[in-house]
Amino acid sequence: MSLRSPLSRVSGLGTAKDGVSHWWSQRVTSVALVLLGLWFVVSLLRMPTLSHELVLAWIAGPVNAVLLLLLIGTLVYHSQLGVQVVVEDYVHHHGLKIATMLLLTFAHVVVAALAAFAVLRIAFGGGA
Amino acid sequence: MDSTSTRRRPLSPFLTVYRWQYTMSLSILHRVTGCALSVGLLLLVYWLIAAASGAAAYETARHFFVHPLVRVLLIGFSFAFFYHLLNGVRHMTWDTGHGLERKAARLSGWIVFLGAIATTALFWILLLRDHGGAA
Repeated sequence: MSLRSPLSRVSGLGTAKDGVSHWWSQRVTSVALVLLGLWFVVSLLRMPTLSHELVLAWIAGPVNAVLLLLLIGTLVYHSQLGVQVVVEDYVHHHGLKIATMLLLTFAHVVVAALAAFAVLRIAFGGGA
Repeated sequence: MDSTSTRRRPLSPFLTVYRWQYTMSLSILHRVTGCALSVGLLLLVYWLIAAASGAAAYETARHFFVHPLVRVLLIGFSFAFFYHLLNGVRHMTWDTGHGLERKAARLSGWIVFLGAIATTALFWILLLRDHGGAA
Protein backbone atom coordinates (compact mmCIF):
# COMPACT_ATOMS: atom_id res chain seq x y z
CA MET A 1 0.00 0.00 0.00
CA SER A 2 1.28 3.45 -0.79
CA LEU A 3 0.14 6.74 0.71
CA ARG A 4 1.81 8.77 -2.01
CA SER A 5 -0.10 10.78 -4.57
CA PRO A 6 -0.06 9.73 -8.25
CA LEU A 7 2.12 12.74 -9.11
CA SER A 8 4.66 12.06 -6.35
CA ARG A 9 4.71 8.43 -7.40
CA VAL A 10 5.44 9.27 -10.99
CA SER A 11 8.19 11.75 -10.11
CA GLY A 12 9.45 9.65 -7.19
CA LEU A 13 9.28 12.65 -4.89
CA GLY A 14 7.04 13.80 -2.07
CA THR A 15 6.33 17.23 -0.64
CA ALA A 16 9.83 17.25 0.88
CA LYS A 17 11.12 17.36 -2.73
CA ASP A 18 13.57 14.54 -2.16
CA GLY A 19 11.15 11.73 -1.41
CA VAL A 20 11.78 9.48 1.55
CA SER A 21 15.52 9.10 0.99
CA HIS A 22 16.39 11.50 3.84
CA TRP A 23 14.15 9.62 6.26
CA TRP A 24 15.57 6.27 5.21
CA SER A 25 19.20 7.43 5.35
CA GLN A 26 18.61 8.67 8.87
CA ARG A 27 17.29 5.25 9.92
CA VAL A 28 20.02 3.27 8.18
CA THR A 29 22.75 5.42 9.77
CA SER A 30 20.95 5.13 13.14
CA VAL A 31 21.11 1.33 13.08
CA ALA A 32 24.76 1.45 12.00
CA LEU A 33 25.56 3.93 14.78
CA VAL A 34 23.98 1.78 17.47
CA LEU A 35 26.44 -0.96 16.52
CA LEU A 36 29.49 1.24 15.81
CA GLY A 37 28.80 3.48 18.81
CA LEU A 38 28.62 0.56 21.24
CA TRP A 39 31.77 -0.92 19.68
CA PHE A 40 33.59 2.39 20.25
CA VAL A 41 32.43 2.76 23.87
CA VAL A 42 33.37 -0.84 24.72
CA SER A 43 36.75 -0.40 22.98
CA LEU A 44 37.50 2.73 25.02
CA LEU A 45 36.66 0.90 28.24
CA ARG A 46 38.71 -2.16 27.27
CA MET A 47 41.90 -0.15 26.79
CA PRO A 48 44.03 -0.39 29.95
CA THR A 49 44.97 3.30 29.66
CA LEU A 50 44.48 5.98 27.07
CA SER A 51 48.21 6.66 26.74
CA HIS A 52 49.54 7.78 23.37
CA GLU A 53 51.30 4.47 22.64
CA LEU A 54 48.25 2.35 23.40
CA VAL A 55 45.86 4.60 21.49
CA LEU A 56 48.16 4.57 18.43
CA ALA A 57 48.49 0.79 18.60
CA TRP A 58 44.73 0.43 18.93
CA ILE A 59 43.91 2.72 15.97
CA ALA A 60 46.60 1.07 13.82
CA GLY A 61 44.89 -2.34 14.04
CA PRO A 62 43.28 -3.01 10.63
CA VAL A 63 39.83 -3.85 12.00
CA ASN A 64 39.88 -0.92 14.43
CA ALA A 65 41.05 1.51 11.73
CA VAL A 66 38.31 0.46 9.31
CA LEU A 67 35.57 0.48 11.96
CA LEU A 68 36.79 3.88 13.15
CA LEU A 69 36.62 5.24 9.59
CA LEU A 70 33.10 3.81 9.22
CA LEU A 71 32.13 5.32 12.59
CA ILE A 72 33.39 8.75 11.55
CA GLY A 73 31.71 8.62 8.14
CA THR A 74 28.40 7.44 9.58
CA LEU A 75 28.51 9.93 12.47
CA VAL A 76 29.18 12.86 10.15
CA TYR A 77 26.49 11.81 7.67
CA HIS A 78 23.94 11.23 10.47
CA SER A 79 24.86 14.59 12.02
CA GLN A 80 24.46 16.33 8.66
CA LEU A 81 21.01 14.78 8.17
CA GLY A 82 20.02 15.77 11.71
CA VAL A 83 21.12 19.40 11.65
CA GLN A 84 19.47 19.76 8.23
CA VAL A 85 16.08 19.01 9.80
CA VAL A 86 16.77 21.45 12.64
CA VAL A 87 17.75 24.22 10.21
CA GLU A 88 14.70 23.53 8.02
CA ASP A 89 12.49 23.78 11.12
CA TYR A 90 13.87 26.96 12.64
CA VAL A 91 15.47 29.02 9.87
CA HIS A 92 12.58 30.42 7.84
CA HIS A 93 14.33 32.92 5.58
CA HIS A 94 15.07 31.03 2.38
CA GLY A 95 18.43 32.65 1.63
CA LEU A 96 19.61 32.34 5.21
CA LYS A 97 18.49 28.70 5.26
CA ILE A 98 20.59 27.88 2.20
CA ALA A 99 23.59 29.80 3.55
CA THR A 100 23.36 28.02 6.93
CA MET A 101 23.11 24.60 5.31
CA LEU A 102 26.01 25.36 2.97
CA LEU A 103 28.16 26.36 5.94
CA LEU A 104 27.15 23.30 7.98
CA THR A 105 27.75 20.98 5.02
CA PHE A 106 31.25 22.40 4.54
CA ALA A 107 31.96 22.04 8.27
CA HIS A 108 30.82 18.41 8.21
CA VAL A 109 32.96 17.55 5.20
CA VAL A 110 36.02 19.22 6.76
CA VAL A 111 35.50 17.36 10.05
CA ALA A 112 35.12 14.03 8.22
CA ALA A 113 38.23 14.63 6.11
CA LEU A 114 40.36 15.66 9.11
CA ALA A 115 39.29 12.66 11.17
CA ALA A 116 39.75 10.22 8.30
CA PHE A 117 43.20 11.61 7.54
CA ALA A 118 44.22 11.29 11.21
CA VAL A 119 43.12 7.64 11.34
CA LEU A 120 44.77 6.78 8.01
CA ARG A 121 48.01 8.50 9.02
CA ILE A 122 48.18 6.41 12.19
CA ALA A 123 47.09 3.23 10.39
CA PHE A 124 49.72 3.59 7.67
CA GLY A 125 52.42 4.50 10.15
CA GLY A 126 52.98 8.08 9.03
CA GLY A 127 52.16 9.45 12.49
CA ALA A 128 54.63 10.17 15.22
CA MET B 1 -20.53 41.17 9.20
CA ASP B 2 -18.33 38.15 9.75
CA SER B 3 -16.08 37.82 6.78
CA THR B 4 -14.24 34.60 6.10
CA SER B 5 -10.92 36.07 7.14
CA THR B 6 -11.96 37.39 10.59
CA ARG B 7 -14.15 34.50 11.71
CA ARG B 8 -12.56 32.19 14.25
CA ARG B 9 -11.69 29.15 12.22
CA PRO B 10 -10.78 25.73 13.59
CA LEU B 11 -7.08 25.10 13.94
CA SER B 12 -5.27 21.86 13.56
CA PRO B 13 -3.39 21.08 16.82
CA PHE B 14 0.07 22.55 17.17
CA LEU B 15 2.64 22.97 19.94
CA THR B 16 1.14 25.96 21.81
CA VAL B 17 -2.33 24.44 22.18
CA TYR B 18 -1.12 21.25 23.81
CA ARG B 19 -0.97 20.88 27.58
CA TRP B 20 2.68 20.20 28.44
CA GLN B 21 3.49 16.55 29.02
CA TYR B 22 6.84 15.15 30.06
CA THR B 23 7.00 12.97 26.96
CA MET B 24 7.30 16.24 25.01
CA SER B 25 10.42 17.15 27.02
CA LEU B 26 11.89 13.77 26.11
CA SER B 27 11.17 14.43 22.45
CA ILE B 28 12.84 17.85 22.55
CA LEU B 29 15.75 16.38 24.51
CA HIS B 30 16.35 13.99 21.61
CA ARG B 31 16.87 16.95 19.31
CA VAL B 32 18.94 18.89 21.88
CA THR B 33 21.24 15.92 22.54
CA GLY B 34 21.55 15.36 18.79
CA CYS B 35 22.72 18.94 18.24
CA ALA B 36 25.06 18.66 21.24
CA LEU B 37 26.59 15.50 19.79
CA SER B 38 27.20 17.27 16.47
CA VAL B 39 29.33 19.74 18.47
CA GLY B 40 30.85 16.94 20.56
CA LEU B 41 32.04 15.33 17.34
CA LEU B 42 34.62 18.14 17.20
CA LEU B 43 36.22 16.85 20.43
CA LEU B 44 36.44 13.30 19.07
CA VAL B 45 38.11 14.62 15.93
CA TYR B 46 40.48 16.77 18.00
CA TRP B 47 41.48 13.66 19.98
CA LEU B 48 42.21 11.73 16.75
CA ILE B 49 44.16 14.60 15.19
CA ALA B 50 46.19 15.02 18.37
CA ALA B 51 47.01 11.30 18.37
CA ALA B 52 48.12 11.51 14.74
CA SER B 53 50.18 14.67 15.33
CA GLY B 54 52.70 13.22 17.79
CA ALA B 55 53.48 12.83 21.46
CA ALA B 56 53.60 16.55 22.29
CA ALA B 57 50.23 17.29 20.66
CA TYR B 58 48.69 14.27 22.38
CA GLU B 59 50.03 15.45 25.75
CA THR B 60 48.43 18.87 25.17
CA ALA B 61 45.13 17.16 24.32
CA ARG B 62 45.38 14.94 27.41
CA HIS B 63 45.86 18.04 29.59
CA PHE B 64 42.83 19.60 27.92
CA PHE B 65 40.62 16.54 28.42
CA VAL B 66 41.42 16.10 32.13
CA HIS B 67 40.62 19.73 32.95
CA PRO B 68 37.67 19.72 35.40
CA LEU B 69 35.49 21.95 33.21
CA VAL B 70 36.17 19.81 30.14
CA ARG B 71 35.52 16.72 32.24
CA VAL B 72 32.06 18.10 33.13
CA LEU B 73 31.50 18.81 29.43
CA LEU B 74 32.54 15.24 28.54
CA ILE B 75 30.13 13.80 31.12
CA GLY B 76 27.42 15.91 29.48
CA PHE B 77 28.36 14.66 26.01
CA SER B 78 28.42 11.05 27.21
CA PHE B 79 24.91 11.48 28.66
CA ALA B 80 23.82 13.00 25.34
CA PHE B 81 25.34 10.01 23.55
CA PHE B 82 23.58 7.37 25.68
CA TYR B 83 20.28 9.26 25.74
CA HIS B 84 20.27 9.81 21.97
CA LEU B 85 21.21 6.16 21.40
CA LEU B 86 18.53 4.72 23.70
CA ASN B 87 15.85 7.18 22.59
CA GLY B 88 16.85 6.51 18.97
CA VAL B 89 16.06 2.83 19.51
CA ARG B 90 12.75 3.96 21.06
CA HIS B 91 12.00 6.04 17.96
CA MET B 92 12.85 3.20 15.61
CA THR B 93 10.55 0.89 17.59
CA TRP B 94 7.78 3.42 16.94
CA ASP B 95 8.69 3.34 13.24
CA THR B 96 7.72 -0.34 13.22
CA GLY B 97 4.33 0.62 14.67
CA HIS B 98 4.94 -0.77 18.15
CA GLY B 99 4.88 0.94 21.56
CA LEU B 100 2.86 3.96 20.44
CA GLU B 101 0.08 3.57 23.02
CA ARG B 102 0.20 6.22 25.75
CA LYS B 103 1.07 3.78 28.54
CA ALA B 104 3.82 2.07 26.57
CA ALA B 105 5.27 5.36 25.29
CA ARG B 106 5.42 6.80 28.83
CA LEU B 107 7.01 3.66 30.23
CA SER B 108 9.64 3.50 27.48
CA GLY B 109 10.30 7.21 28.07
CA TRP B 110 11.14 6.57 31.70
CA ILE B 111 13.27 3.54 30.80
CA VAL B 112 15.23 5.59 28.27
CA PHE B 113 15.77 8.58 30.58
CA LEU B 114 16.79 6.57 33.65
CA GLY B 115 18.70 4.13 31.45
CA ALA B 116 20.75 6.99 29.98
CA ILE B 117 21.64 8.26 33.48
CA ALA B 118 22.56 4.73 34.59
CA THR B 119 24.73 3.97 31.52
CA THR B 120 26.47 7.35 31.79
CA ALA B 121 27.29 6.65 35.45
CA LEU B 122 28.46 3.12 34.66
CA PHE B 123 30.61 4.35 31.77
CA TRP B 124 32.47 6.87 33.97
CA ILE B 125 32.83 4.48 36.88
CA LEU B 126 34.43 1.88 34.60
CA LEU B 127 36.54 4.44 32.74
CA LEU B 128 37.95 6.11 35.85
CA ARG B 129 38.47 2.83 37.69
CA ASP B 130 40.30 1.16 34.79
CA HIS B 131 42.24 4.20 33.68
CA GLY B 132 43.12 5.49 37.11
CA GLY B 133 41.49 8.87 36.67
CA ALA B 134 43.96 9.92 33.97
CA ALA B 135 41.69 8.89 31.11
